Amino acid sequence: MSLVFNEEQKLLKTSAADFARKESPVSRIRAFRDSDDKLGFSRELWASMAALGWPAILVPEQYGGLGLGLTEICCVIEELGRNLVPEPLLSNALLGSAAIIEAGSEEQKSRLLPAVVDGSGLVALAWQERKTRYDPAVIEASASSSGGGWTLEGEKVLVWDGHVADVLVVSARTSGAPGDRDGVSLFLVDKGAAGLKITRQQTMDLRNAAVLRFDSVELDSDSLLGKEGEGLAPLQVVIDRATVGLCAEMMGSAEAVFAMTLDYLKTREQFGVVIGSFQALKHRAALIFIELELSRSALMGACEAVDSAADNAAEKISTAKARLSDTAVLAAYEGLQMHGGVGMTDEHDIGFYLKRARAAELSFGDAAWHRDRFATLQGF
Amino acid sequence: MRWEGPKTGDGTIGEMLAWGGRKADWSKKPDARVWLDRMAEKGWTAPTWPVEYGGGGLDKDESRVLAQELARIKAMPPLSGFGLTMIGPLLVDHGTEDQKKRFLPEICRGEIRWCQGYSEPNSGSDLASLATRAELDGDDWVLNGQKVWTSYADLADWMFCLVRTDTENKHAGITFILFDMDDPGITVRPIPLISGYSPFCETFIEDVRVPRDQVVGGVNNGWAMAKALLGHERNMISSAFSEYSSVNRVVDLAREYLPGENGRIGDVHRRDSVAALTMDKACLDLTIRRSGEAAKLGQQPGAETSIFKYYATELNKDRFSLMLSVLGPQALGWEGEGFEGGELEITREWLRSRGNSIEGGTSEIQLNIIAKRVLGLPD
Repeated sequence: MSLVFNEEQKLLKTSAADFARKESPVSRIRAFRDSDDKLGFSRELWASMAALGWPAILVPEQYGGLGLGLTEICCVIEELGRNLVPEPLLSNALLGSAAIIEAGSEEQKSRLLPAVVDGSGLVALAWQERKTRYDPAVIEASASSSGGGWTLEGEKVLVWDGHVADVLVVSARTSGAPGDRDGVSLFLVDKGAAGLKITRQQTMDLRNAAVLRFDSVELDSDSLLGKEGEGLAPLQVVIDRATVGLCAEMMGSAEAVFAMTLDYLKTREQFGVVIGSFQALKHRAALIFIELELSRSALMGACEAVDSAADNAAEKISTAKARLSDTAVLAAYEGLQMHGGVGMTDEHDIGFYLKRARAAELSFGDAAWHRDRFATLQGF
Repeated sequence: MRWEGPKTGDGTIGEMLAWGGRKADWSKKPDARVWLDRMAEKGWTAPTWPVEYGGGGLDKDESRVLAQELARIKAMPPLSGFGLTMIGPLLVDHGTEDQKKRFLPEICRGEIRWCQGYSEPNSGSDLASLATRAELDGDDWVLNGQKVWTSYADLADWMFCLVRTDTENKHAGITFILFDMDDPGITVRPIPLISGYSPFCETFIEDVRVPRDQVVGGVNNGWAMAKALLGHERNMISSAFSEYSSVNRVVDLAREYLPGENGRIGDVHRRDSVAALTMDKACLDLTIRRSGEAAKLGQQPGAETSIFKYYATELNKDRFSLMLSVLGPQALGWEGEGFEGGELEITREWLRSRGNSIEGGTSEIQLNIIAKRVLGLPD
């Protein structure tokens, strides 16, 4: 394992970068927003991504996937993050289908994963509720057994790409109280299930998400994913890996906002010179550069730890998310400040990056939360 | 010789390590002398240098194995100092055959200790403005001027020094020269620092005659030599920095002074700071490793030295600052009753650490370098 990309990974990264540049400039999410687009992404473009094999990266080969690692999917996600590409790769590959791969039975995997591989089926993971914050055990949604099956009640929020998912993986309590480590179970729910209401959420950073309301939704016995009451462990594994994916996205968008800022520093003139010649701004730009380099190392370290199944992977993941959270927000805050008034206008793209930076920071554990988790894992 | 790793405080580091040189006092550490001699016999004080100059003749992989084995048995470095890490490697690359034969074996055996004459009272961050004069008189250069911040000049035998040989050209008027500190024209005065230690000296140079064959890299080519030396310094810095700011000590200290339940740090604010510091250190180590892997593949992102220098020194300052917070009022001691030895040491080391971001190129200079060379921001 290594902290630098190998040739295959570089190729994947270059192809994703080319794709994002040609097919999905930042103006796309602006257009989706301004036209109140029902999907917030394009099914045609998603099909092109599927043709490139991206949703298949993490799917094991016996189900038709590529059986590659976290580093590979992060290569792609980082490049998409650079342009805030809205297609549902992260949610589908690292949350929804990842939960099926992690917790599903042979039958469930064989049934559901082929559609993931060819891009025809979208899977979302519903793990957050209004009070969950960052601990997936803090949930109130419940599933009670009834007639050999289950009855699902409750609400899930911020289900990434939940508005278009064909299958939803939903966490619910089959016993215990919010916060208990035991009693969390995972269920497969069809988007058309009776009693399920899916409503799109409007998020400040334009990430596509939905609220799910379960009103006595009846599920078959085979809708249980994994073992009853033991869903937290696989869920945590999935969330941890998705956290690294989010870090990769943040890496790409932080580098993009920094590139945008550097460009502005080199072109905007005041007092008869470009503002990038002022030492007050140079030093701040250099500090952001240093943070980006350290963030890149933290991200690569986390990918390496997960792909090599290292014992301290969770520490490495927390280190990455804490660092990327701080860096992404710093790059966006400083970038906006250095752009001056134009940065405050909706017309300029930097606002999208600023909103995404903070939204990503506040998702899957912010820096302080991950420092606390890191300290606990380290025993202090 | 077992040891527990380096300490950054100047008060303690010299006592443990073998610096060599004519003024070395081996009476308190006779084992260190034996260890040095045995290692020097095998050429392993300078494992990668050619055998004919006293080195071990090992390639990079062999030398890495040797380093790993020495680390595994917790062996103390047989020899430390600027001879091995700075002037020696420069001579290997740029010295004349005579210079290599004359100086490298002495360096390998720890017979001479070196100091670096760069900074002057009026040439700090703007080093190339240095004014110590060298004028040719027959076959000798005659040196006059003053150097400052010369590390351990009072214990060194020889100085490698930047002098001005041309007043018309700034960078192209500097020459890299070597001379014996025993000359009666040399006066060395240690500078007491805010920490109470005196690791640095002022060095006064008055009519010191230096033979022409002690110029390295040619007359007026000293700036290129200084930059080449910086390349060697980079290797030293990156390996030194990963040891440099060990965070385990902070964790242990916080557990001891701010005890919570089950070995946790009781104060949530300090616990957060300790976690942040530990993660920062991990990210620095990863960056050093990543840069090494990239270099092996021939990728040179550039300015790594500046990133490491900036980040490691700022981190070390944060580390000691945090340790002071952890100690609380027990950090107030200078010496004597009422304070533990470890507490007094941390206070002194904290004071010493404030200079980390000044010496060897200030943090601001590192940021300038990054802004210019990597980011391409205009002057």
